Amino acid sequence: MDMNERKIGDVILALDNISLSFGAMKVLDDISFDVRQGEIRSIIGPNGAGKSSMLNVINGFYHPQEGSITFRGEKRKEMDVHKAAASGIARTFQNIALFKGMSTLDNIMTGRNLKMKCNIFQQGWYWGKAQKEEIEHRQKVEEIIDFLEIQNIRKTPVGRLPYGFQKRVELGRALAAEPDILLLDEPMAGMNVEEKEDMSRFILDINDEFGTTIILIEHDMGVVMDLSDRVVVLDYGLQLADGPPDEVRSNQTVIDAYLGVSH
Amino acid sequence: MSNKPHDTFPRLLASHVKLRPNHTAMREKDLGIWQSWTWSQVSKEVQTLAGGLASLGLKRGEKLAIIGDNRPRLYWGMTAAQTLGAIPVPLYQDSVADEMAYILDNADAKIALVEDQEQVDKLLEIRDRCPQIEHIIFDDPRGLRHYDQPFLHNFEDIQRQGQEYNQQHGDYLNNEMAQSDGDEIAIMLYTSGTTGQPKGVVLTNDNVIITAHNGIVREGLTADEDVLAYLPMAWVGDNLFSYAQSLVAGFCVSCPENGSTVTNDLREIGPTYYFAPPRVYENILTQVMIRMEDAGKLKRSMFHYFMEHARKNGVKILNGEKVSVTDSLLYKLGSFLVYGPLKDALGLGRIKLAYTAGEAIGPEIFEFYRSLGINIKQLYGQTECMVFLCVQPDGEVFADTVGTPAIDVEIKIDDNGEILYRSPGVFHSYYKNPESTASTKTADGWVLTGDAGFFDEQNGHLKIIDRAKDVGKLNNGTMFAPKYIENKLKFYSFIKEAVLFGNERDHSCAFINIDIEAVGNWAERRNLAYSGYIDLAAQSEVYGLIKECVNKVNKDLSKDSRLGGSQIHRFIILHKELDADDGELTRTRKVKRNFVGDRYKVLIDALYSNLDECHVKTQVTFEDGRTGLLEADVKISNAEVYSIDNLTAASEV
Repeated sequence: MDMNERKIGDVILALDNISLSFGAMKVLDDISFDVRQGEIRSIIGPNGAGKSSMLNVINGFYHPQEGSITFRGEKRKEMDVHKAAASGIARTFQNIALFKGMSTLDNIMTGRNLKMKCNIFQQGWYWGKAQKEEIEHRQKVEEIIDFLEIQNIRKTPVGRLPYGFQKRVELGRALAAEPDILLLDEPMAGMNVEEKEDMSRFILDINDEFGTTIILIEHDMGVVMDLSDRVVVLDYGLQLADGPPDEVRSNQTVIDAYLGVSH
Repeated sequence: MSNKPHDTFPRLLASHVKLRPNHTAMREKDLGIWQSWTWSQVSKEVQTLAGGLASLGLKRGEKLAIIGDNRPRLYWGMTAAQTLGAIPVPLYQDSVADEMAYILDNADAKIALVEDQEQVDKLLEIRDRCPQIEHIIFDDPRGLRHYDQPFLHNFEDIQRQGQEYNQQHGDYLNNEMAQSDGDEIAIMLYTSGTTGQPKGVVLTNDNVIITAHNGIVREGLTADEDVLAYLPMAWVGDNLFSYAQSLVAGFCVSCPENGSTVTNDLREIGPTYYFAPPRVYENILTQVMIRMEDAGKLKRSMFHYFMEHARKNGVKILNGEKVSVTDSLLYKLGSFLVYGPLKDALGLGRIKLAYTAGEAIGPEIFEFYRSLGINIKQLYGQTECMVFLCVQPDGEVFADTVGTPAIDVEIKIDDNGEILYRSPGVFHSYYKNPESTASTKTADGWVLTGDAGFFDEQNGHLKIIDRAKDVGKLNNGTMFAPKYIENKLKFYSFIKEAVLFGNERDHSCAFINIDIEAVGNWAERRNLAYSGYIDLAAQSEVYGLIKECVNKVNKDLSKDSRLGGSQIHRFIILHKELDADDGELTRTRKVKRNFVGDRYKVLIDALYSNLDECHVKTQVTFEDGRTGLLEADVKISNAEVYSIDNLTAASEV
């Protein structure tokens, strides 16, 4: 794919001097980085480095004791989960969090929840406005199903699906919210090479087709280096490095801490 | 329907626009909804596309390559090319770029109409080897946004361009249409190439249309049939069933959402006319059996009770024979409780006519479907005659024959047992290959099939034994018909593929591929742990299971004086599944025996030695073209060999 054509815009999200503690434990210590419109931004680091906590700060689940978050030019100390979702941030989880008994279609439909405008009475009556709205949402969901090539499991309860497909459905649900920023927490954990290739292609396609900004946590270094525009490296809550993949890869502190010191 | 159809496809299309303009001609499932086009809408789409192709410079006699899954737009591409007097050349969509390069180059394709990014990427990869391709048109723009090659076009842009072209050039399309006739080339179909490079079979309008028409007449098909187009467009059968016959009879063709949704789509469409190769019927049956094993006790016992009843009476009822009133009533009850719901779940509830061909079908598989009241019949044919050579007449359906000659087809058997035919479908020539044409087609119009067979004296049906050139001899003088024996092996659901060796050797030996689904399920029930194909294939319990199957085949062979000497002495279960990507199977999934023989020479040598294990290294190719190395220790097992039934032997001599 021709990368030159991709448009990376201004800073959409800036995190300044973020510190987060649980009691005496400091999970994030003075972390600062920004995310530009349309880029694929990765957060890497060993287990317990604070990557998932960072995502939880971004989508407003954790509230940092110090630092500020600037989202679309608006400064605030903490986000709120609902506000984050409503303002265009969607995420997937490290451990799949789908409704196991519901079909792929219905699971993705739940991602449209915030876009639904009808009130409970209109929905109860169904005909008219609610019906029209449902058709629109279904259309959107079908486009996502088509995009992720999961037509064959449309009506299958997700609990019965193989792991790789469940990950894809979860991605679909996040996409259903038509997010500006998509947070992906280890989307490729536990996948085989072929599944990883598929998922990588979907991430690139999402970024390319919809212009979605993507913040990615991933352990597979090959994947991270291939996909990312910029990478931030965390270790035990500290920020070790921040920059394009090549720069980060050759950074000695990163090599020592993350990839292991050679003896 | 009139007695004689129109002589070109564009004229057939025009006739349906007059006769049934608002009758649905095509459907495709897109975004979860079946979209449909009437005959008059299809005609408009074809016209604008034809205009677009003309504006790109496609002229009479030039070739349009078509590559992709079954999509309405790709089918329209065929008619659009034919409107201009150009020749469509469909290619197998899962071919790797190398294979495509040969055909595109050999066919002199000028424009390629392809489905999506995957195909575009392949064509770009081989572009320097196929410089004669001037334009590539794609149907699905996804992922192609950043491709800025000037010769790449979006389908919709080409149609818009075509609309303008048609406005500016008034009667151009009509004039081109008027110049075509029955003798003109309709299509080129490349044979899958079991041996050597694929050959382009050139077929005229008369070849295709008259053969399609004869098939429709013989089976009484109408404009009300429903067909699901799911087999590769490059295959002659799809061209006949989903394109030619639809345009001759005027029935509707539905395209599935994608390759993995076919079972669902089949169920939603409920075709009345259906073709599937034996392995599809086998897979469906395996699925049903596995799911019934997992069903509740009541359902399971009901299923088995009524299936047993169907086995005894279903085929008789389907053939219109008499059965007792009780049996007939019980069958009706079974239809209500089991057969109907089952057929419905499989998408076969509305079938009037189902065909199978290409390989032999297991008798019990055949019987299963027929006992449910599904009129499945075998046919025999080739690309070289637009499919139809022999078809089983209604009520005369046997598992081991391929029926009687189709309308206007003459068949004779030569002294070597090879089958020859003459028919209106006999192909024009192999493209740019006069030697092959001359060696296949005799001066007086007979075509050599390369198959060995004979007519059954009792019912006048043709029986196929094997490829004529594959029929060899063992050193003990016994006729060696490998495919015949392989088919016997493959009738066991545990065996997916078998390759037999023995020509000019002392005895027969076999390679076996187990069916991972069936054997895997069998293993699960026995609490046998396995990690994948390689592991499962090497387990001694599995060897025991397969040995039983081989022994039964040997027992069966021992009863036949002609073939008894070719019983299987030793066999191995291969450490990998034979795969078209590794060149071991053709794209239509037939084993390339010689290739497999060369590739696994170590294993064959071991089979003909005293060893009971052999180490083997194999290079494997993944779908994206990368390769890897597979190593394994393969066990070798002996099978029981039975003494040949001397009674029949004596009577034969």
